Amino acid sequence: MALEAAAGSQRVEVEALRQRSYKIVRLRHPGRWLAGAVVLALLALLVQAFAHGQIQWKLVGQFLTADVILRGFGITLLISALAMLLGLSLGTTFAIMRLSANPVTRFVAWLYVWIFRGTPVLLQLLVWFNIALVFPRIIIPGVFEGRTVDIVTPFIAALLGLGINEGAYMTEVVRGGINSVDHGQTEAANTLGMSRFQTLRRIILPQAMRLIVPVLGNSAIGMLKTSSLAAAISCTEMLNAAQQVYFVNGAVIELLFVCAIWYLAATTVLSIGQYFIEKRYGKGTSQARSRSSFKLPFGLGSAGTPALEKAQ
Amino acid sequence: MTGTIVKAINVHKKFAGREVLRGVDLEVRNGEVLCILGPSGSGKSTLLRCLNHLESVDDGVVWIDGQIIGYVLRDGTLKELPARKVRRQQREIGMVFQHFNLFPHMTALENVIEGPVTVRKEPRASAIARAEKLLASVGLAERRDAYPAQLSGGQKQRVAIARALAMNPKVMLFDEPTSALDPELVGEVLDVMRELAASGTTMIVVTHEIGFAREVADRVAVMVDGEIREMGPPAEVLANPTDARVRSFLARVLA
Repeated sequence: MALEAAAGSQRVEVEALRQRSYKIVRLRHPGRWLAGAVVLALLALLVQAFAHGQIQWKLVGQFLTADVILRGFGITLLISALAMLLGLSLGTTFAIMRLSANPVTRFVAWLYVWIFRGTPVLLQLLVWFNIALVFPRIIIPGVFEGRTVDIVTPFIAALLGLGINEGAYMTEVVRGGINSVDHGQTEAANTLGMSRFQTLRRIILPQAMRLIVPVLGNSAIGMLKTSSLAAAISCTEMLNAAQQVYFVNGAVIELLFVCAIWYLAATTVLSIGQYFIEKRYGKGTSQARSRSSFKLPFGLGSAGTPALEKAQ
Repeated sequence: MTGTIVKAINVHKKFAGREVLRGVDLEVRNGEVLCILGPSGSGKSTLLRCLNHLESVDDGVVWIDGQIIGYVLRDGTLKELPARKVRRQQREIGMVFQHFNLFPHMTALENVIEGPVTVRKEPRASAIARAEKLLASVGLAERRDAYPAQLSGGQKQRVAIARALAMNPKVMLFDEPTSALDPELVGEVLDVMRELAASGTTMIVVTHEIGFAREVADRVAVMVDGEIREMGPPAEVLANPTDARVRSFLARVLA
């Protein structure tokens, strides 16, 4: 009897639960609000300090679009793009050499990476800048002859220094990408009768790209900033141009800020471009597509904003 | 039509000192379906991979359509062929892998036309027309633009079969084509293979599907410890095996 009664009352309760819905009270996070307020206050202090510091913001605005700065920025972009291109071609070539069955080519590729990854890029830039001390003349018999100082201008020296250095890093990146592709892919290509080169170009490299491209984006951003080292070998990229101006007018911080603004603008554009390229190379793998989330400034769009991820 | 298309004599293969194949002889006639059965580790897949030179043999000779695979016989020695010539031989031999090995960055259609267009230099339009027919024949006409990641295991394997057929191979090798599939997807792949066999395609199939072997194969071979212990019509071999190891293997899988 008692048992029956208990079962009966339980049934009533289940019915009651089915009928009504409950209001859910979210857990409050007062600590987050406090931390947010503290950080905002500190940020406000910092902004205020700079606003009232010895900086002529008007000058920053003026020089932001000055011819000499814009021309320097153009050279910065050009050097970065060309050096990346050189780095990528060298990297792909040496990566394939490192994976070759020939021990000599393997060793040469290893040597390249060892030397150019193992020495500072500033030192390499200085060596290329002063290469005329070693080879006063460049001679290709019957084709070309000239003084090295005329050929290896600061621009060319910067290009060689940055590009060859980048190539050493790219070698490792491309090698990792190629190694990540399943060996079954090569076997499938073999059974279709594809040559080594066809297999590499049509099957392996496109898949390796998925691993390479995200790194490539970071490298491009890094290259844009590292190219400022070319200022040290009197290549008139943006930082060098800014220095030349502030040696005359003394507005050191103002001009450095101008450069900072342009560098930030360029790196921001690059990260947006990286997002779209990654999406393209994620083709055919649904996981890759949903995993690559676009990182907006302030960390928006990363983990913790499911709405944005769904929108992709 | 009844000529020999695949012939292997005294094939040996070692991996790290372990003998995986110990002198295998094999002969497959044009249009014949041979199923190779045997416990795992018996060398079935290795034998198949030796037939198309994905593995090089340590001893013995393999002929496909009268040509020695991977070597040329001159003055009583076998000389290794350059990779370019090996590829030329390999494209006459279709292969279907256990794990499909579809190209993940290409659609089903692109997978199927890759060989004809890149290797055989067939005009794209005619390759596409043929590929569409092949995809239709494996029941996947409407999935031509799907990437492998969007296909089920059975669909992937059917695309892989179409991809191999696109090269008009003289013989099709199947390396455990249904072993990586969910049980309910095995049937659709076996159906395609059954039709293929009925159309007169020469097939060598390494498989665990005894039922398929019994029904479709002209002959079955049972491998144990790197040797073919028993070979003949399925009715004979499966019903009255003479070799003790073969008998115990069949007793286990037929149970």
